[in-house]
Parts: sequence; C-alpha cells; structure tokens
Amino acid sequence: MNSPFNKIKSSRRNLLKGSASLVFALGSGGLSILTIEQSIAQTLAEAPRAIGPENLDTWLSFDSAGRVTTYFGKMDMGQGVDTVIAQIVAEELDINVSRVSVVMGDTHRTPDQGGASGSSACRQGAIPLRNAAAEARRVLVTRAADVLGVPVEQCQVEDGTVSVSGAKDRSITYMDLIADGFDTDLDWNGNYGNSLNVSGQATPKTVDQYQVVGTGVARKDIPGKILATTEFCHHVSLPGMLHGRCIRPPVANAVPVSVDENSINPWPDARVIREGDFIAVVADTEWHAIKASQALKVNWSDTTPPFPTQEELFDYLRNAPAASDSATGGFRGTPYETAPALAAISAAAQQIEAEYEVPFQSHARMAPSMGLADVRENQALIYSDTQKSHNSRNGLAKLLGMAPEQVRVIWKPGPGSYGRSDADEAAFEAALLSKITKRPVRVQWMRQEGHAWDPKAPACVIQCKAGLDSANNIAGWYFKTRGFSGWDVYFNANDPQDTLVGQLTGYAKGDRHNFGVPGESYRFTDSVAFWETVPTLLDRASPLRTSHMRAPQEPQLHFAHESFIDEVATASGLDPIELRLSHLQDEREIAVLEAVARLSNWDSRPSPASRSEGRGEGNILRGRGVSMATSFGGFVATVCEVEVDTSTGRIWPRRFYVAHDCGLILNPRSLRTTIEGNIVQGTSRTLCEEVNFDESMVTSEDWLSYPILDVMEAPESIEIDMINRPDLPPGGAGEPSLVSVPGAIANAVFEATGVRIRRLPLTPERVKAALG
Amino acid sequence: MPSYQFTLDGQPQAVEADADMPLLYALRGELALKGPKFGCGLAQCGACTVILNGTAIRSCILPISAVAGTNLRTLDGLPTEAGPHPVQAAFIAEEAAQCGYCTNGWMMTLVAGLERDPNVSDQEIRNMLTGLKCRCGSHMAILRAARRAADAMAQDATVQDQVVQFDPQTDAVDLDVDTDREAQA
Repeated sequence: MNSPFNKIKSSRRNLLKGSASLVFALGSGGLSILTIEQSIAQTLAEAPRAIGPENLDTWLSFDSAGRVTTYFGKMDMGQGVDTVIAQIVAEELDINVSRVSVVMGDTHRTPDQGGASGSSACRQGAIPLRNAAAEARRVLVTRAADVLGVPVEQCQVEDGTVSVSGAKDRSITYMDLIADGFDTDLDWNGNYGNSLNVSGQATPKTVDQYQVVGTGVARKDIPGKILATTEFCHHVSLPGMLHGRCIRPPVANAVPVSVDENSINPWPDARVIREGDFIAVVADTEWHAIKASQALKVNWSDTTPPFPTQEELFDYLRNAPAASDSATGGFRGTPYETAPALAAISAAAQQIEAEYEVPFQSHARMAPSMGLADVRENQALIYSDTQKSHNSRNGLAKLLGMAPEQVRVIWKPGPGSYGRSDADEAAFEAALLSKITKRPVRVQWMRQEGHAWDPKAPACVIQCKAGLDSANNIAGWYFKTRGFSGWDVYFNANDPQDTLVGQLTGYAKGDRHNFGVPGESYRFTDSVAFWETVPTLLDRASPLRTSHMRAPQEPQLHFAHESFIDEVATASGLDPIELRLSHLQDEREIAVLEAVARLSNWDSRPSPASRSEGRGEGNILRGRGVSMATSFGGFVATVCEVEVDTSTGRIWPRRFYVAHDCGLILNPRSLRTTIEGNIVQGTSRTLCEEVNFDESMVTSEDWLSYPILDVMEAPESIEIDMINRPDLPPGGAGEPSLVSVPGAIANAVFEATGVRIRRLPLTPERVKAALG
Repeated sequence: MPSYQFTLDGQPQAVEADADMPLLYALRGELALKGPKFGCGLAQCGACTVILNGTAIRSCILPISAVAGTNLRTLDGLPTEAGPHPVQAAFIAEEAAQCGYCTNGWMMTLVAGLERDPNVSDQEIRNMLTGLKCRCGSHMAILRAARRAADAMAQDATVQDQVVQFDPQTDAVDLDVDTDREAQA
C-alpha cells in the first residue's frame, strides 16, 4: 500500500470511474512524480469516496480493462467470503467472476456494514451487494438498449458485453456505458451495520437462474497466501515509522510508580513513552524496540491480588452476587420464571441434576495484536486487521480527539480473528503513540501479550435439572448459567473504554452484560432456561476480561445442554437421537439430526453400550456421541466417534459426521473447509484449551502453557452432508458447526467409558482422574 | 553494525544488523519478504519457518550471526519459471488455508521433508508436521495437500498443468483456471 505505484493505480481507478473522488485525483495532478510522502498524504486525504449506501456508485466501480470492483463493508477472516461476494456480484451482472475484485473494510471506501460479525457475511452482508449489482445490470442494459437502438427485451449480456439477440456483432461493453458512473439512487433502509440493506428497481435473479452462485469457485485469496504475494496487515510499513512495544505489569492491576529511562541507554534510538498508566517503548528498529522493552526497568505498585485461585474459580462463579440476568441484560431482556419448572421437577418421579463447568479460553490468535498508525494534525491513517473497521474508526477518533471522518481505518488481512479478540488493541496503542511522537508507529504485541492479555471467552458454571415421570417422560426442565459477561469487553471497539490503552489512560470500563441460552427448538413441559452474569474480577485493564469468542458463549452452553440431554436419555433408557427427535419442533433441526444418523450409520439403542458389546480392546475404548447446534441461521447435527486410551487418558476424536444446513449453499468448496475448520477448532476448545492463572496474573502466556490441538490429534476424517436448501436464503456457516463439537465429544467419551466428565477441557489428566 | 552474508533464494545477500537479532526480523524487515511471519518469537508455532542448508528451521530465534555463509530458502523464493513448487500447487488445489498466516510453516516444513523423501505414509506426514500451530483448524485440508504434494513429488510428476495465473500486484487470480483444475482433479 505504501508504494507510489499502488497509489497511482488507485487514483487512476477514481479518475476513470468519475465519481466524487475525482476531485482528489485531479487535485494531485502529475501522479507519476509523487513522492512517497506526498502519496501518503494523498492516502490520508483520498476520499471519502461517495459511500452513501443510497448511491449505486458506492457499491460498484468499473475500470478500463472491464474489471469490476465491489465495495464490501465486512471482511474475510479466512473462510473466503470475498469470493462468495464476487460470485454474487458476477452472477447479477452477468460478468465473469474473475473480473470481480472485492475491497473490504476500508472506512473511506466501503459502507459501514458492521464488519465481520455473527456469521453474517453471506446471510446479511451479501444482500445489498446482490441488489446493487442487479440494479447496475438494469441500468447498464437500459443504456445499451438506447445506444443499440433496440428494446431492452432484445438485449442479452455475456461477460459484461451487451448485444442484440440474434445479432451478436451489434454490441457494447459495460465499460463503454459507465464513463460517468451510475448516477443512480437506491432505496436504503436507513440502517448501518449488519442490517444495512438497499434495493433498486431491478429484481435480482432467482436461484434457478444461478450459474456461478452455488458453484465451487476457487477462493480468490488462496494463491496469494500460498505464493507469498498477499500483503497482510503485518507487511505494511510507512516511511519514518517507529516500532512500538508495550510494557505490561507483572501483576494484574499494578500501575507504574516510576520508570528508569536510563535502563534502555544501550539502544540510543529507543525511548519511553508514558501516558497515564500506559507505558511503551518506541525505536527506529524493531529489534531495538524489543530489546529495550525487555530491558526497561519499571517500579510497579504493590497491589492486592485481584483474582481467585484457579481452583476456586467455579465456586466463585456459584457464590458471587449476580450483576445481571437474562431478564434485564442482553440486547433485550427476556423475562423468565423458575418456579413452575422447579415445582414440576420436584413433583416428578425421578430427578436428574448435573453441573457443567467451562473455564476461560483465549482467542490466542496465530499472531498477537498488531496495528500501524500515522496520526497527523487533522487526520489519521490506521492499518488494522480488526473485524470491525468502522467501529474502530469511531473509537480511534474519540481516543485522538478527532471527528470520525478525519480517521481512515484500512483493514488488511491478519491472523484469523474469531470474535472480539485482541485484534483492535495494537491499533489503538499505535494511534496514541503516533499522536505523541508525531511519527508513524507500528505496534506489534509479543506472544505473551497475545495469550495473557487478550480478552477471554467467559468462564461459566451451568446447572441443569430435569424431572422424569413414572413413564420416563420429561416433566420439568431447568437450565441456569452463571458466568462472566460476554460483553465485559464489548463486541466492537466503538469506544476506547473497551480497550486496554483506553482504560489505562482514563476511560472507565463499561459494564454491559450478556450470556445466552441454547437456541434449539426442544420443547419440554415446564421448561426454563436463563442466565446470570457475575461482576468482572477486575474493572480496569484486566487480563481476565471477557468477550465474544467464536459463537459467543454457545460452545459453553451447548457442552452443558447437549451433555445433559444425553444424561436424561441414559436415565430414561432411550437412544440419544430418539430422545432429541421426540422433543425437537423445527423441521430443519429434525432433518439434520436424521441426516447425521444416516451418515454415521447410527444404530439406535440406549447409551452407553454394555461392555460386553465389545466397545474396544486393550486400553482403547470406543464410543459415539451426538450433538445439535442451531445458531446464526445454520442448523447442525454432529456425531463424533472417539477412542479413549485408558492408560494415558488421551481422547482421539477419530471420525466426525456432520449434517449441515445453512440454507442455499453459495460455494460448496469453501463451505466444506469452513465446516472442517469449525470442527477442528471446536475439538481444540473441547480437548485442550484452558487459561491458567493465579491470584496475580494469567499464567498461560504461550503455546506451551496454552496448548491447542496438534496435528497428531486431528481427526482421521470429517464427513459432511451439506444439505442444500435452494428454497431458503443463505444462513451463517462461520460458527454453528463449532458449537456442536463439545457435546458430541463429551457424549462419545461417556459412551466409551461409562464416565461422565462435566468440566472442559477433556485433558488426558482429567480423563485419567475421572476413570480412577 | 556487523554485516552478514548468505545466500537467499539463490541470490547473494548481505544484512547489517546486531549479531543477536533473529533472522526473521531481517527477512520481514529490510528484505521485505512476505512468506516467513512473526507468530510467537519462541519457536513454538512455525509461522517463521525457512529452510537453512536443507533443514526447516524457526527463523524467529536464530541469530542473524548464525546464518552467515549459509544457504536460505523461503516461501517467497519457491516458485520457479515453471510455476509454483509442488507443495504450493497442492496447497492451492486443496485450498489448504483459512487465514493463511500460519501456512508458511506447514509448507516450508513439507518442502524440506518431502524433498528429502516424498515416499511417506499419512502417519509420517503427521509426524513431520507435529508442533506446527494452525489456529483456524485447517488441519484436514493441510493433510490432504500434504498427501497430494507427496504423491506428486514421489511420481516426479511435472506440475506444468497446475501453473496458476496470478498478478502479483493485486493477487487477482484467473478463477476459471482454478475451477477448471478442480474439475480435472
């Protein structure tokens, strides 16, 4: 991005497109002789291109080579959604998909569609682009008909060339029709974020007309990543850039009392920056920033340890006062009443109770947070791999004391981010450091920061009760979660209060609460499901602050709920799938459950099988387990077959069978790898992941102290039945299948061993201890 | 500052740096390579992997002074005029990446291992790759790609038919080519 050549290309596009940014392109005049400094200034000033959602030119532009650029206010975290967007736009335009490129998450070039959020790229984010592309085709064909002197009905389009039916030589290309842009208004629903939508006069194609959507178009991003040509956010550098490293306290909540700046004298290019309780070292070279930051001597305040011990965590969750609950918290409170369920359960012939425990888990991204900022007098340019660049823009503007329009956030690909990870943090720190030093600053967190200081998936205790009547029918169902808030760190960086550097420089942390309840359609008589959150352990710059992590709170909830359903099935002597089928109401859930039973050759019988049925030999015990997950418009049923080595406690989830319905399938090829990624990541969270801490600090600070699934433990196979639903709109696929994993594995381990383990992760030590 | 000379992807190279600076910072910084990446700085994840004198190593902990006089290969230097390396071709064919940040480590480890001996079982492939981290969970596709690469290299098959057209300026890819190849596969 920082080469003058790229700037020229980008300006040429604006020039040719003839949109609102023309002024800026013309203003820079002799583009070929721009200095690097001038080109950066131009990047800062370039745009805002007209990005009002109601303007068709906002969504699409064409260049002289007949290529289409489409502007998408979300971004790809590695599942290939940009390719799907290109397919949809190409489909509506009747143009080859190879001609379509997708710009994502640049606040000066893309509308605010809410960023990567809730598996929404295809089920929500694609819709305005589809409608805009359909309208663009209508406008272009209307113009073509005019030029060719025929009615619109006699025009046909092939790869961006409009010709007269039956007279192909009478033709004109889209490019020749677009010189002055579209100049066409769309109906906009007035929303920003996930629900932003626009429509034009054109009717988009129906599914039966699709030729590109629904096919396995190769992901556009893959070759660049494999051939080392993709510019990740981490590759961007700006002239005169400083490298920054942040200094974290050894004990949570300790603040700097004094800093010995002489301690970094061996690195004359390094210096200390302190703002409030935030300390960083900046240097001309990255290595010197690292060395100096490690050598810097800081006197930290003595603080009372803020955390319970790790052993006490779940008792803390049981006993702490409630800070909020599902009746008052979340997006909208949902009233609940526990008395009828509890009364029905105690009146039943048999009571079943169980408690499940899930620890803190770390986003632990492949690389820790990174951001690059160039803050000038009245404008700022930020490079970030944030999931929500428009929100970050607002938060950065507030931190810098600027108007949002003065701040441009450019998203570039980074290590996959799966929720409110640490992704935004370094960009905020870089912005502050750039403002202070008046130089561009690149902040790269070290590994220890990425593990110890990123927001965590909230720990929780889940209490389940059910009653069975004398005929083993369920009479009463109670599902209560007590956990830390999923919004302790809010799900976007709209405000500095939700960043470490914000909290260290005077922004009081917010106090927002959410958790959740399982979303499947099970109907149990006298049922209640609700949550309570407990206060955060430390209300300022906490290494145990909690946030959304892939399928927010749902892996925790479904580990408990789907395990407990199996416990009830065992108590009633029923097959776990049959019990589920007899209580599910939603046809799509029933369909995926029946599909996974077929796919896995499920033999119907109560669980666990008796030992005499030969469920293993020697140290190896085998079992199968099932779990459901419905979320973000996706419906999943998963069966896992495990092997448990009783001598080591090692669980190997050898085979997975997944029935997956996310509505209309847009790209079966990238859907498959997306589901596989979910299953493997879910396996890691089930078997491996637990944040360790003591009373002073998080002690999981690298891949040794926070192991994730190794390739040796990866499944032998993942068989997937991708159920296409052309009659239904696309749903989400980025999260639901992950949600199904913990329950499927836990139920399979019970089936194999006859022992129910109710705390994640299912580590070898825990399995061995449970087996006795 | 001292200067260190080595061969990088077939070309002589010299870098001035502190003796204790890990190789990765030279590759990523002054030499502006895009393959090796910073993931941990602790030799725990493999994102920084390069091949030194034929062996896959973690460049994030190896001091630059230790590479003087050695022969280094990086992901950036793998493609030849004939096209991508067979391991790269296999990763493209299998779409064996999600975010793609860790992928360098898996590919470079396979390049070193399979060039030594491509006749490997599935279990030997896992043994070769153990310790590498992938947070997105691309393991299944990576294992498929590894199998495909090993088979291709074992058969000494040319990969001429798998040349991917790409524009290094924009990463734009002729998707038709890829789709066709998938259909043939």
